[in-house]
Amino acid sequence: MFFKKNTFHSGTTIPSHKEGTSHSPIEVATPPAEVIIPLTMHIGAPAKLLVKAGDKVCRGQKIAEANGFISSNIHSSVSGMVLGTERRFMPSGTVIEAVKIKNDFENTLAEEIVNYQKPPVASPEFIRTALLENGVVGMGGAAFPTHIKYAPPTNNIRIDTVILNGIECEPFITCDERLLIERSEAIIFGLKLFMKAAVANKGIIAIEDNKAEAIELYKKLLANERELELVVCPEKYPQGSEKHLIFSTTGRTVPNRGLPSAVGVIVDNVATAAALADAVTSNIPSIERVVTVSGNGVAKPGNYLVPVGTTYKDLIEETVGGLVGTPARIISGGPMMGFSVNSLEFPITKASGGILIFNQDSPLATIPEESPCVRCGRCVDKCPMFLEPTIIYKAVKRRDWPAVAAANIASCVECGSCAYNCPAKLPLVQYIRMGKQFITTQGVGGRNPYYK
Amino acid sequence: MSSKPTLIVSSSPYLHCGLTISTAMRDVIIALIPTLLAALYFFGLPALTVITTCVVTAVATEALCQKVMNRPITITDGSAVLTGLLLAFCLPPSLSIGLSAFGSFCAVFIGKQVFGGLGSNIFNPAHVGRAILLASFPLQMTTWTTPSTAKALTTSATPAAADAVTTATPLAVLRNLEVLWGEGNSAAAAKLATGFPDISHLFLGNVSGSLGETSVLAILLGGIYLLYKGHIDWRIPVFYLATLTLITGIYGWFRDYPTLFPIYHLLSGGVMIGAFFMATDWVTSPITRNGRIVFAIGLGVLTALIRLRGGYVEGVCYSILIMNMITPLIDRYLVNIPFGGGARNEQSSI
Repeated sequence: MFFKKNTFHSGTTIPSHKEGTSHSPIEVATPPAEVIIPLTMHIGAPAKLLVKAGDKVCRGQKIAEANGFISSNIHSSVSGMVLGTERRFMPSGTVIEAVKIKNDFENTLAEEIVNYQKPPVASPEFIRTALLENGVVGMGGAAFPTHIKYAPPTNNIRIDTVILNGIECEPFITCDERLLIERSEAIIFGLKLFMKAAVANKGIIAIEDNKAEAIELYKKLLANERELELVVCPEKYPQGSEKHLIFSTTGRTVPNRGLPSAVGVIVDNVATAAALADAVTSNIPSIERVVTVSGNGVAKPGNYLVPVGTTYKDLIEETVGGLVGTPARIISGGPMMGFSVNSLEFPITKASGGILIFNQDSPLATIPEESPCVRCGRCVDKCPMFLEPTIIYKAVKRRDWPAVAAANIASCVECGSCAYNCPAKLPLVQYIRMGKQFITTQGVGGRNPYYK
Repeated sequence: MSSKPTLIVSSSPYLHCGLTISTAMRDVIIALIPTLLAALYFFGLPALTVITTCVVTAVATEALCQKVMNRPITITDGSAVLTGLLLAFCLPPSLSIGLSAFGSFCAVFIGKQVFGGLGSNIFNPAHVGRAILLASFPLQMTTWTTPSTAKALTTSATPAAADAVTTATPLAVLRNLEVLWGEGNSAAAAKLATGFPDISHLFLGNVSGSLGETSVLAILLGGIYLLYKGHIDWRIPVFYLATLTLITGIYGWFRDYPTLFPIYHLLSGGVMIGAFFMATDWVTSPITRNGRIVFAIGLGVLTALIRLRGGYVEGVCYSILIMNMITPLIDRYLVNIPFGGGARNEQSSI
């Protein structure tokens, strides 16, 4: 337990629930009649719209461009006509601007894709441009624009290792596992491109030990690659967290609230690597992604290749075969860190890894009853960031914001390990999120109009 | 779809490990079953009387307090049963029904409910009950009976008359032995030492003492079950017992006591049940791992001090109560450093 290889301290073993979809090959989803493409699918400023209502657009055509340094280009995922823009709720509760495009089902590709000539050698500069131009963002969930990570380093920071995150520690979600198996060539090529862009001499593909098929495959594929290494991490939550993955695979500790580049590492999701490979080989922008649809509330759980902008409803009704029973809990993302949403009218974004739907028969369709904290310390023992969630929870409850900040609330990654293990079933993560809101707004509270 | 009243929206995570406070309490009660059986085997019917009285009174007091205080009644979570059981295990088997009930009432009312109920108490409720009884009724609380299967112990080298009912605990004998060793009266010491129970008797529990503290074997079985279930941190029993052994060992070595002196201390009195069931109480022990180590070492030092130099022959109960008092301080000053290094002193912008 103490000297286990390739892992981190603390953490929890959570049943993976992946058996339902881990062997389902990726299926191409039926294209929807209409897509709703958010102009904010990334961390940073919303992209600037380049089209207007009535414009004809092709599949892969740029419809919005990065607005500032931390932003990303956005492309149409279908060919058809722009119907206009509208403001929409996203699963996280934010309201964003989105473009509505009617699909003409002709699948006309953009000229840039048709006329593209792959360069014989991709220079770091070329790769950076390809990342920016094709709107590649982190597809593991954070959606941080990838080109920024590979921007030429400014102050003596040298990157020597690029880690591809194929851990996928969220239960139920299997999109990365399938991608690892079915697009291994693109993923390895993408990793090599990342290494080139960062001038790194080592590449690591990290896979959790519950993905036997993928591990076997990469053992073979990486056998003759001198600079690439396969690291198999024991199944433990949250192994996929960036800082914990860096610790597990390289033994380096990222400074608290620091960036991975501080220890010479860049981490990217395997899906992002595949997106980069597509961008460089055929100039295909980030317009579709693999989404795991699972849970006892859907007819055909599986992994689907979905055009960005497809609504959950269209995906469920046209490809997944509809619902089973009355849905009682819909989760956008995974069950540990995803958002539970109140409808299926949300568009798939570049970072949507999963849609989970559970009906009343599922234990996930309940809100547990709280009881008082008994100071068992399980939240403290299991916190991968070594925080003291119960202390933060009590400080938030009594609105002692200096104490909340002093308890290092900002270091919390909201992985949910504390609440998962709490015998009193306290919503610890919810209190921590609330505390963060109060701290960033100087004690005024969140933007929620109902919370005064 | 959004109008369906059945759709649940809440904050993540949506999975839960399944452990609840009542299942944890149930596991601790299961872990106490070997000790319960040992108590019944060695002390018979009086043990059953004390245990039943304590448990019933504890549950009744909890229900009554919660009714009076207008709080939800939570007697089904098992914590009151556990308090009653643990209190009974640190009482002498001969204690009357009235005193048992009084102790149990104090444990739940003063030890727990006045602080705000489960999770809010500062002191271990069972030990609060025992401390109040010991301070109020010292004679009754130190009148021991011998298990039917064991020979009576005495603290005197020349017993006047063998008393079939009352007897001394191994710790009391040990204290008198120390006096004789100190005087250099080796003949008297040797005579008294012949009456001292074997290690095997101490281990199995075939000696006089409180109901649940005598059988080290039974307590270890329960303790291992709790460790296996992950309900208690191994750091507390291990560091507590190690510290106590170390200090009594060094003390005994300096004074030329027999080699087994620290082992006698380890196996006698309430150390074992204290280490596995009392000190590991969730509510009253520190929440961080390092904090628990400090807590356990403090316990070991205090227990050794009271036993070797104090007025009482037994120090487990008071050392746990004193360390319970220090727990908030430990939690405040011995905080975890976050992964990636601490910026603990960083002041907020407010």
